[in-house]
Amino acid sequence: MTFWLPVYTLWRRDLIRFWRERTRVLGFLGTPLIFWLIVGSGFGDMGFYYPGTLTLTVMFSAIFSMMSLIEDRREGFLLSMLVSPAPRASMVLGKVLGSSTLAWLQSVVLLVFLPLAGYPVSLHLLAQLAAVLFLIAFTFTSLGFLFAWKMDSTQGFHAIMNLVLFPLWMVSGSLFSMQQAHGWMQWLMRVNPLTYSVAAIRRLLEPSVADGSPALAVSVAVTLGCGLALWIASTAAASQKVSRSNA
Amino acid sequence: MIVEVDNLSHLYGSRKALDGLSFRVEKGRIFGLLGPNGGGKSTLFRILATMMAPSTGSARIAGFDVVSASSAVRRRIGVVFQTQSLDRKLTVGENLRAQGHLFGFSGADLSKRLEVALARMRLGDRRDDPVDTLSGGLKRRVEIAKALMHEPQVLLMDEPSTGLDPGVRRELSQHIEELRATRGVTVLLTTHILEEAERCDRLLLIHQGRRVAEGSPAELKSRVGGDVVEMETIARDGLPEQIRQRFQVEPQVIDGHIRVEIADGHRFIASVMEAFPGAITSIQLHKPTLEDVFLDETGEHLT
Repeated sequence: MTFWLPVYTLWRRDLIRFWRERTRVLGFLGTPLIFWLIVGSGFGDMGFYYPGTLTLTVMFSAIFSMMSLIEDRREGFLLSMLVSPAPRASMVLGKVLGSSTLAWLQSVVLLVFLPLAGYPVSLHLLAQLAAVLFLIAFTFTSLGFLFAWKMDSTQGFHAIMNLVLFPLWMVSGSLFSMQQAHGWMQWLMRVNPLTYSVAAIRRLLEPSVADGSPALAVSVAVTLGCGLALWIASTAAASQKVSRSNA
Repeated sequence: MIVEVDNLSHLYGSRKALDGLSFRVEKGRIFGLLGPNGGGKSTLFRILATMMAPSTGSARIAGFDVVSASSAVRRRIGVVFQTQSLDRKLTVGENLRAQGHLFGFSGADLSKRLEVALARMRLGDRRDDPVDTLSGGLKRRVEIAKALMHEPQVLLMDEPSTGLDPGVRRELSQHIEELRATRGVTVLLTTHILEEAERCDRLLLIHQGRRVAEGSPAELKSRVGGDVVEMETIARDGLPEQIRQRFQVEPQVIDGHIRVEIADGHRFIASVMEAFPGAITSIQLHKPTLEDVFLDETGEHLT
């Protein structure tokens, strides 16, 4: 019980804060949606760009939700967490689950466009997509935690978003498939963890798609593995005894 | 002894923030760490609050080592930070509940603790107020209520009065005194404010990470001989030396002022004015303060 109570309270706190500041946060939905409507309409293939759009939404909102950790540090709330006896693993999990839930909710909203993307709507498919989206959200927020833990300002966060995550997203099969890609690019896509997030969604929408996407089981396993590895790394980072020099 | 600190040193790179500091705090005391900003108080506070490990030496609270048994220490200390540690978007009640959850309390136990905490700091009617809307003094009271949710044996407070106006300060120290009286809580606070230091049972003066002096405020002040006389003078190089010879005192020159500690200061004032006509432009006498104690020991001002 001492493990789950802190998880619950930190998760709940992020949800309450989100609800009280909802106008500020919902802005993150705009960019992926505009991207999808323009690029999808432009190429006349709303369906192909849909998985990438969902992934981008999760990525944006997960990373930006995790900026709350930097705010927690700046505003001081983090201090009282650090001097409480709550295990660091549960602290990290609570924070990650809170941000994941918010990112997940924002991506789930985009599922209303499923018919526009040309896919049949079924409860079964929605449940599967929702589950995979949560997994992706968990992975990105764990990654966000790892970045945010060491940072004092949100500017560095934007840099990582633009210089690391966005390029990775571009070569994840969201803009062009692995089949369309040439030589070394194919290889790059294969080692890009994001490829497996996009592929997991694509495989759920079109199980027999023959564009070189990895299989569903592999995609889910890689995403889950990355998520767990990043969560463990975040916990390890948060467990280090700090000796900060800002006396 | 509820707090035991032995030969504690801490380095930031090559800068020594704490240098072989040792002291003990008796249970139920209000113990103050007095020193200028940057003198090592904050470092000591962080180490005692289990936020950072010292370079060398050890510290124990209620018998538990702050490094190797940090979890046991955290259950026994309540920490009030100088900066705010509340979630401003949440209400007072939500903040306190979250704190209770972090300590593993739930259900009826948590509700009871919440009631007690609110009543103790007289916050009953503020439970549903967002922290954002509270005044500085009220926020500080919520911080203390929060730190007391798990009924700690030791309350650690970093500069509790800083940023509060004098009325709120007095009220705060009444709360602290009440806690000690009713619950036997030991309070360890850092401060650079004389008024706050005066209200401690016992003080440790720290300068450049080292112990300067220790004792009750009255004891410390009695070390200063009699009255303190401070003079502003027209530049005259030999004046301190002439005063020394003539009155058999040890004048100090601090920030261009000549400072003398002497019994029967009022007589000295008359004599010194007569002895050096025109040289002294201003002269004043006061009873020794903790600032004088600090000046005596370090040759530097407290603030």
